[in-house]
Amino acid sequence: MSEPLIFELSSPGRRGVRLPAPDVPVKPISTYLPESDIRTAAPDLPEVSEVDVVRHYTRLSTLNYHPDRAMYPLGSCTIKHNPKVNEDMAALPGFARLHPLQQDETCQGSLRLLYELSSDLAEIAGMDGVTLQPAAGAHGELTGLMIMRAYHERRGHARRKVIIPDSAHGTNPASVTLVGYDTVQIPTNAHGLVDTGRLAELIDEETAAFMLTNPNTLGLFESEIRTIADIVHDAGALLYMDGANLNAVLGITRPGDMGFDVVHFNLHKTFSTPHGGGGPGAGPVGVRSDLVDFLPTPLPVKDGDAYRLDYDRPESIGRVRSFGGSFGMMVRAYAYIRANGPDGLRQVSENAILNANYIMRRLERHYPRTVLLHGTQKETPIPAEVPCQHEFVASGTRFREHGVRMLDIAKRLLDYGFYAPTIYFPLIVPEAAMVEPTETESKESIDRFIDAMLAIAEEAEKDPDLVRNAPHTTPVSRLDEARAAHPKSLNLRYRKSLAE
Amino acid sequence: MAYIPNTDADRQAMLAAIGIDSVEELLSVIPKDVRLDGPLDLPPALSELELHDTMGEMAACNDSADRLASFVGGGMYDHFVPSAIGHLAGRSEFLTSYTPYQPEVSQGTLQGIYEFQTMICELTGLDVANASLYDGASAAAEAAMLARAATRRDRVILAGSLHPHYVETVRTYAHGPGIRVETVSCTDGTLDPDRLASALDDDTACVIVQHPNFYGCLESMGDLERVVHGAGALLVMAVDPISLGVIESPGAYGADIAVGEGQSMGNQVSYGGPALGFFAARDRFVRRMPGRIAGQTVDQEDRRGFVLTLQAREQHIRRDKATSNICTSQQLNALMATIYLSLIGKQGLKEVAELCLHKSHYAAERITRLPGYELAFDRPFFKEFAVRTPAPAGEIVTRLADEGLLAGVDLARFPSLELDNGLLIAVTERRTRSQIDRLVEALGRFS
Repeated sequence: MSEPLIFELSSPGRRGVRLPAPDVPVKPISTYLPESDIRTAAPDLPEVSEVDVVRHYTRLSTLNYHPDRAMYPLGSCTIKHNPKVNEDMAALPGFARLHPLQQDETCQGSLRLLYELSSDLAEIAGMDGVTLQPAAGAHGELTGLMIMRAYHERRGHARRKVIIPDSAHGTNPASVTLVGYDTVQIPTNAHGLVDTGRLAELIDEETAAFMLTNPNTLGLFESEIRTIADIVHDAGALLYMDGANLNAVLGITRPGDMGFDVVHFNLHKTFSTPHGGGGPGAGPVGVRSDLVDFLPTPLPVKDGDAYRLDYDRPESIGRVRSFGGSFGMMVRAYAYIRANGPDGLRQVSENAILNANYIMRRLERHYPRTVLLHGTQKETPIPAEVPCQHEFVASGTRFREHGVRMLDIAKRLLDYGFYAPTIYFPLIVPEAAMVEPTETESKESIDRFIDAMLAIAEEAEKDPDLVRNAPHTTPVSRLDEARAAHPKSLNLRYRKSLAE
Repeated sequence: MAYIPNTDADRQAMLAAIGIDSVEELLSVIPKDVRLDGPLDLPPALSELELHDTMGEMAACNDSADRLASFVGGGMYDHFVPSAIGHLAGRSEFLTSYTPYQPEVSQGTLQGIYEFQTMICELTGLDVANASLYDGASAAAEAAMLARAATRRDRVILAGSLHPHYVETVRTYAHGPGIRVETVSCTDGTLDPDRLASALDDDTACVIVQHPNFYGCLESMGDLERVVHGAGALLVMAVDPISLGVIESPGAYGADIAVGEGQSMGNQVSYGGPALGFFAARDRFVRRMPGRIAGQTVDQEDRRGFVLTLQAREQHIRRDKATSNICTSQQLNALMATIYLSLIGKQGLKEVAELCLHKSHYAAERITRLPGYELAFDRPFFKEFAVRTPAPAGEIVTRLADEGLLAGVDLARFPSLELDNGLLIAVTERRTRSQIDRLVEALGRFS
């Protein structure tokens, strides 16, 4: 039985919260507002009691899988445990009820947090300056591109294009377009890495930047990163790191030391802030010294013992959003960094890498790592001796002969009580499943996941229909996506207006 | 480490299964010359107990609305947040899950998005809404880009009475793609339709107007709508969702797109975020909308269910041809807004809006009777108003903080407004008469 919409629980006259009676003189609202501005038709919001609301959203919540329940091996998304103390810290009334337009003297605690978090992130990434303003990873990426564009404009030539690998996140090319650059795609080589020879051929004086994830989206470390950096810098371009996979390198290596000029962080991945069903996140950006002037305005600074926001930044790209950013997420990330300390952060990455390699090795016979050779459908194995980093991408092509796709395996995994890995990404791996356990899974938890994957591999051979028709135990079965893609399906109000 | 469950014995067992002796072997692919040779220069780890103490002290260094009576607005407001919101949105099922890639086990989030989209359409009087964007300012920037793509025109006009952060954000976004942005000044507090008309041309994609505007004033929406559409441009309205309990909807005014900051709906101000931007539009723009959208459908047994839909707009499919680079929403904040609107309901939203109206006008009437204070603009307003002060507003705000009052926003913080001695005062339903009277009394000392 599905849960009704909150509107379907509505009953005229019910109230979920009562408000105090006015304690000031009350006049007709037409005293204050012109008649033409007074709303005539009230918005048709639900009329429900608090009990209705609490039960409805509690019941809805039970339809979700989530990492407090079981492993959530969604590659590239770093769904790690979200420490509970972080929630309490963000809810402290001194933080939660502080207004962003209060004067700096009344915000010293928050400003100190912003300042120290910026410094911590700069240290972790080996960068010289950090903005905390961007609201998400893609927003950080956009901000980073704007900064790089400003850098080139300042040098007299904006340039025209940005090179990205064919394994890149889809946000990379979308962000490139948003700043008015063209995307040039570079193929991945047979080892799953950047083809440096090809990079040297593609790069020219119109190249503004090369955007790279390291470890890359196949979970492989780009060992030739220094060579890549030299090629990029020799062409006068900048090297951008998509920080999606930062969970692999904490305390081990740093983007700045690898030669990156700009990096964005995902506080909701690496620094444990909860994903909220798809947000909020936070996407700070770090830059090397000669790009600091271009960071968005304002920046937190320290004068003596006092902290303040600095707006006097004439070279800045400007604001990328209102106010200072996802402060509540920054509080959680700050708490996480403090709770871990330098040794703890290194342990995070080492355990994330160990967990991923353990799963990869135990699954590789059934779910091997492969990559499509550029421009062909030829599947090439990633050499077995090459370790993955914090995640790996397995291929499910061997199940094709049974009519089973990776989509089916992912759905079947839901029946086993696990969320599914990221599937069909990156695009250069056929029937891809990207598995990222993170450091917060125990060996027992990982073993259960491996057992499930192996059991499904067997089912795919012996009873492929069982897998093809999965999931069988979830609140709903597979959904008809085509039927949702009509305006009348997008909200109740429009549906009703079309029916009238 | 409390957040890492594996023991040394677990690690040894895993290393053995892999067939190696140490984790170091897994790091062999990282060249020595880029490896860190020592620990990160960060403070040592704190226990949970120490964390409570340290961060509790930091929070206590702030003078927040928890201890002071706040009249600070300017785009985020101290509205009442019913208790049920935090308890429900704090459930692990909502808090810790991610984007609903697997709809079969994400119906809670997806149905929540559908309910949110419906409520935003009800509030704005428009046909379609998305699952939310980062904030009001970036939603305005996305609207400008949609307008450009839809009209194939390259100019965007902003009302000078639009929130300065929105103005700055639109300008930042517009720079790379070469959208020309112009601001029409609003010296008397609102956008003059004639002045707007002379700024419009046949290359204008849209006009972005805030209503009530940054100063709290209502704009002449009827006249503005005729001027904007007369020039073939789109009308984008930035609105305060609480105001929509008493003020006409963007749809009724004829707007093509409505955006806004949704923090007022059940979210804390949290020093500026996270909150949510909302985005609603006429149906003809649905395939150009940025952000996630949920749609209703059925499963194989014909049961109702919800999925992310119209994904052909999005970056993971379209890559460099996507309508936007946004790949998530402010889902938890949007859920809080949805729960808020459910709790407050049809009647409650009107009551909150009316309380704001009555209390802010009571405050304005009393303050403007004080010598040296006057309304900066003699225009109808909703819950916020700008006054000219007899002393620099910044000085007043600083002094009143010592008396337990956050008096408002010193408008000198926004040099582009060119308003001397301006104090922006917001009065929500949360402020009591005695708090307002205390503010009036304290302001009176500067007369």
